[in-house]
Amino acid sequence: MIRVRQLIKSFGWPRIIIALFLLSLFIIAPMVGVKVSSSLSDTIARFGMNGIMVLAMVPMVHSGCGLNFGLPLGIIAGLLGGTLSIQFGFLGGSSFIMAVLLTTPFAVLFGFGYGKLLNKVKGGEMMIATYVGFSSVAFMCMMWLLLPYTSPTMVWGYTGSGLRTTISTEGFYLHVLNDFLKVQIGENFSFPTGMMLFFALMAFIVWAFLHTKTGTAMTAVGSNPVFARASGINIDRTRTLSVIMSTWLGAIGILVYQQSFGFIQLYMGPFYMALPAVSAILIGGASVNKATITNVVVGTFLFQGILTMTPSVMNSLIHTDMSEVIRIVVSNGMILYALTRKSEATR
Amino acid sequence: MNVLKETRGEKFFRVLEKNAVPILFLAICAIGIPFSGYSLNYLGQEVITRISRNSFLIIALLVPIMAGMGLNFGMTLGAMAGQIGLIFITDWGIGGIPGMVLAMILSTPISAFLGWMCGKILNMAKGREMVTSYIIGFFINGLYQLIVLYGMGAVIPIKSPALILPRGYGIRNTVNLISLRKSLDNIWAIKVFGLSVPVMTLIVIALLCVFIVWFRKTKLGQDMRAVGQDMEVARAAGIKVEHTRIVSIVISTILAGYGMILYLQNIGTLNTYNSHMQIGMFSIAALLVGGATVNRAGIGNVFLGVTLFHLMFIVSPMAGKNLIGQAQLGEYFRVFVSYGVITIALVLYEVRKRRDKARVGRLLAQDQTDVKEVK
Repeated sequence: MIRVRQLIKSFGWPRIIIALFLLSLFIIAPMVGVKVSSSLSDTIARFGMNGIMVLAMVPMVHSGCGLNFGLPLGIIAGLLGGTLSIQFGFLGGSSFIMAVLLTTPFAVLFGFGYGKLLNKVKGGEMMIATYVGFSSVAFMCMMWLLLPYTSPTMVWGYTGSGLRTTISTEGFYLHVLNDFLKVQIGENFSFPTGMMLFFALMAFIVWAFLHTKTGTAMTAVGSNPVFARASGINIDRTRTLSVIMSTWLGAIGILVYQQSFGFIQLYMGPFYMALPAVSAILIGGASVNKATITNVVVGTFLFQGILTMTPSVMNSLIHTDMSEVIRIVVSNGMILYALTRKSEATR
Repeated sequence: MNVLKETRGEKFFRVLEKNAVPILFLAICAIGIPFSGYSLNYLGQEVITRISRNSFLIIALLVPIMAGMGLNFGMTLGAMAGQIGLIFITDWGIGGIPGMVLAMILSTPISAFLGWMCGKILNMAKGREMVTSYIIGFFINGLYQLIVLYGMGAVIPIKSPALILPRGYGIRNTVNLISLRKSLDNIWAIKVFGLSVPVMTLIVIALLCVFIVWFRKTKLGQDMRAVGQDMEVARAAGIKVEHTRIVSIVISTILAGYGMILYLQNIGTLNTYNSHMQIGMFSIAALLVGGATVNRAGIGNVFLGVTLFHLMFIVSPMAGKNLIGQAQLGEYFRVFVSYGVITIALVLYEVRKRRDKARVGRLLAQDQTDVKEVK
């Protein structure tokens, strides 16, 4: 009994409630005429789409920079890479590879500046990160209008300048990862092997990195900065490195998202993208200064599962779509829960 | 011996940095106004309207700053309470001043409850009040949607078909407040140099300012400032720290609710699901533009802030159109500036907090060398 209680405690009540909620949705689904196989397939697809953006939280949490509310900055780097790749006329699979390559310098540059800024505001990172994200999105809104893009698939037809609000990735990198070694079982279930492999690769890279010397130093900086300084670790440089990694992962994350979703969303599109990623990792069991790859996997699956299941099940159950409200309450409630936990309140 | 010896340049930069944001905005407005091509008369009228519309909301932010809780992003809670009050009086068909007063009375218990809850949560998250209050705003927005979009008309009786969505429950996206529109503004509107001035609204705002000034001098106000200075010292002095902090948030939330009602009576339509979300950001940005910081803000900052921020807001689309040929660009520019100014203010606050610590250190070091020299 004590063991069970300990297990529950380590897993955390909110997580158990959410997991049970998701489980009950899966049980109710066939009764109200929702196909479980297609729901499961959707959940897996959305897991792959969002997984890397959730993974982008991990390095910053490890180095003690808190939750990466500034994810939109990384997303912007990804948007720049994606649009440039299309602008230069790459097609198919090569456009995705080029997008990743073109994104990298932007992500490193943005991450470097962002990291330097966060080093100046130790202790108040999360609020400032939120507003760095917001103001960078607003700044890029102007840039999308002004930058000299010319590709006819991307600019407004009648003026010939300024990017459209949504750009289709069809013919470029639409489904390049989804369709790679795709497994189709029956009519409704498909498994996007390529995307999952890509996520696994990224997760492995982060995991392996955190076990190198630099990665261990990063964890040390996050858990005890005084001890870290005493053992000769350059705190500011380690933190900057973690921010660069987070930003880069965010950039790659949005590219993976786009190749599955089918559209590049510019302008105010990335504005609120940080909150779902933050709450996903928290649902997975992370806290403000502790996060693992397992948290990412569990959290993304639970969160995306709820997002996919609630609209369809709720709709057939009570004929109203309350999913939006449930999403807002669950995700923000989870963030609040994490922010108010006593053990982490003293930083 | 409490003055730090510093070069004139250092002092100059310190003063400049202290007022960096208002100076920057003065510059933006000075460039933007001629390019926008608006007449001074038009701009003056707009500024007067915006002062009467927004000041009350911004003043609501002052109390938590006094208590050291930073910018109260949770003021959206009060705004939601105010909107619920307005929905009810519209349904009951009570307009004019009685309607406004009734809406305020209805909003008070809701605001007080939400504020109390917000204060409780913020006490659990000391040191990161701002990001927490910001998330609380989102969280309560979910509950607000649940009540207004699903509860009203289904559980909570709302009769007016003008309010209810065609499906039978839930409030429409826009609620027309025609019976309330400008009811306070028009009580006593006078013309000065061709500008119409809503004197009554300004009197209400002035009364609130007097209240704030008076409040600072009361026992509770002094307690709040003590808590804002140093929580531990305040606790040692026998002040109930947690209680004081909750009270400051409750007052701020209730005032924000009234402010929202005042704001919407001027506008005349309620965007049921959007009005409250933007108001927090705009109020905070305006206060910061007025030169306030996260831990120090006065009534002067409010009015300077409203004027400068809204001047920028009015002129930037036209200035963008005339300068580059795209009004859209000006609109994005003002959004960028709103967020940018909050970012800069937050960064400056954190940087200054660290530098002040260093200053205290230097002061101490200087004192010690001085003592040595005397010896």
